[in-house]
Amino acid sequence: MSYSVIVKEDCATCQLVVPVIKQLKGDDELTIYSQDNVQFPSGVSVIDDTQLEYSWHRRIETVPTLIKFDDNGEELARVVGWEKSEWQALTGRPLGFDLPDFRPGCGSKSVDPGMPEKLAARFDRDKLQSRELTISMEEDDVEACYDRGWSDGLPVVPPTAERVMRMLTGTNRLPDEVIGVVPPDLVPCTIEKIAINAVLAGCKPEYLPVVIASVEAALQDEFCMHGLLATTYFSGPLVIVNGPLSRAIGMNSKGNALGQGNRANGTIGRALQLVIRNIGGGKPRGVDRSVFGNPGKYTYCFAEDETNSCWESLAVEKGFSETASTVTLFAADGMQGIVDQKSRDPESLSRSFAAALRVVGHPKMIMAADVILVVSPEHERIYRLAGWTKQDLKNCLNRLLTIDGSELIAGAGGIAEGIPEKLAGKKLPKFREGGLNIVRAGGSAGMFSAIIAGWGASGTIGSVPVTREIK
Amino acid sequence: MTILMDPTSERAPENRQPLPRPVDLEGKTVGLLDISKPKGNIFIDRLEDLLVQKGLTTKRYIKPTFTRVAPVELNQQIAAECDVVIESLAD
Repeated sequence: MSYSVIVKEDCATCQLVVPVIKQLKGDDELTIYSQDNVQFPSGVSVIDDTQLEYSWHRRIETVPTLIKFDDNGEELARVVGWEKSEWQALTGRPLGFDLPDFRPGCGSKSVDPGMPEKLAARFDRDKLQSRELTISMEEDDVEACYDRGWSDGLPVVPPTAERVMRMLTGTNRLPDEVIGVVPPDLVPCTIEKIAINAVLAGCKPEYLPVVIASVEAALQDEFCMHGLLATTYFSGPLVIVNGPLSRAIGMNSKGNALGQGNRANGTIGRALQLVIRNIGGGKPRGVDRSVFGNPGKYTYCFAEDETNSCWESLAVEKGFSETASTVTLFAADGMQGIVDQKSRDPESLSRSFAAALRVVGHPKMIMAADVILVVSPEHERIYRLAGWTKQDLKNCLNRLLTIDGSELIAGAGGIAEGIPEKLAGKKLPKFREGGLNIVRAGGSAGMFSAIIAGWGASGTIGSVPVTREIK
Repeated sequence: MTILMDPTSERAPENRQPLPRPVDLEGKTVGLLDISKPKGNIFIDRLEDLLVQKGLTTKRYIKPTFTRVAPVELNQQIAAECDVVIESLAD
């Protein structure tokens, strides 16, 4: 049987229990670890733990902590702070009769703000497998990241081991877990590599599970990330976040939801892009052959506004519960606005939506691109007041977007683009079955909605939206 | 000194590599940069003779002074106008 006690001089409770520690030191095999002064307590031999290695490995959160070990050195029990009865029970001897019954302990130096990740980087370094790159004193860290090709064009946060360790506190998953292979180089993707790229992107640790779920969704075969990257089309991955986690991490689903200014929206979408770039090797004008790209290829991520909506959310439509948090990945172009400030009934507003949706890709393009219609609260209110469900709106739009083939064939309207002439007599849908998606987001004032058109290759020949639960 | 964790697939070498060199100079425009060291022009003149004899296009540039790095504008001009550049160091 043996004991260890962890103390620091800068703690009134540790000062209080010095006589007890000295008594135990005399009676038992007790090892004393001091976090801040090897002369404390005075007059007894003390092990220097100012580097906090012992405190870290023993996961000490409070000083004093008294730990009891068996003869094999296995921990049997511990007490924290000073509670006379507990110390007496742990040691089986009368202790500290002249001391108060109870005094709370102080915070261990190993859990000071910023310290856990420093200690993890120092003492748990073997849990990370990535190559370490040495940046000289003469190099600027951010410039070094640019020079190595890690940036999307904007500055990145240099991924030090401390920052990566801090990022990994956002998940319980092990750093070496492989979650799939990233195109185009088909490189196995670990949680650790995702965390490093999340650091680059500027994520907080609490965003990491959303980034991991986004990468998992992007790597599903039906999402077709390789083709989406390599296409000459405009598209890139859009992340739509649903559920309580989107609110817990402060994502923006309201005013300017598709714009700048929210850290979670901005960095989660960016982290996904950096994973494709850095792990997969997918770079613009390399395998990424897009003619234009779109601004969302820096980052494209927002949350659906589920509060007080009359509609079920995108996640619920996909079969998840309201309490689940999910990401849905969509192969997305940029955003096209719809302005309708005069409609006050759902029939009129739906006709506006349909007219705007008709031009996705090309007015004659059908069953090629999917679409996300982002309906603002002021537009949604019109459907709410009329009692329209989301499915009612979809049915209406699909009806309005069933088009006479004669309008769509090559040459119609003096436009060479179009579908084969043999389809002239058919009634044809603008969107493939299931290709029209609706979410609610945006600011509370403004009778605008938004169209996020999809990649021209959808369904089995291209990309299908993929929803994953965030774990 | 800072240690950074590699965010990539680690397929590239640890140290940064120079840009790939051209296999040959055929059809290339060769920049000749005199850094304004004494007699640098003699070396550059001779190089230019040899390159022109091979049918290559050359362009001449001069740094204002060898004591300072080349002005950004000069670097940009050379990068825009040439495929490769030879910089002389003479005395």
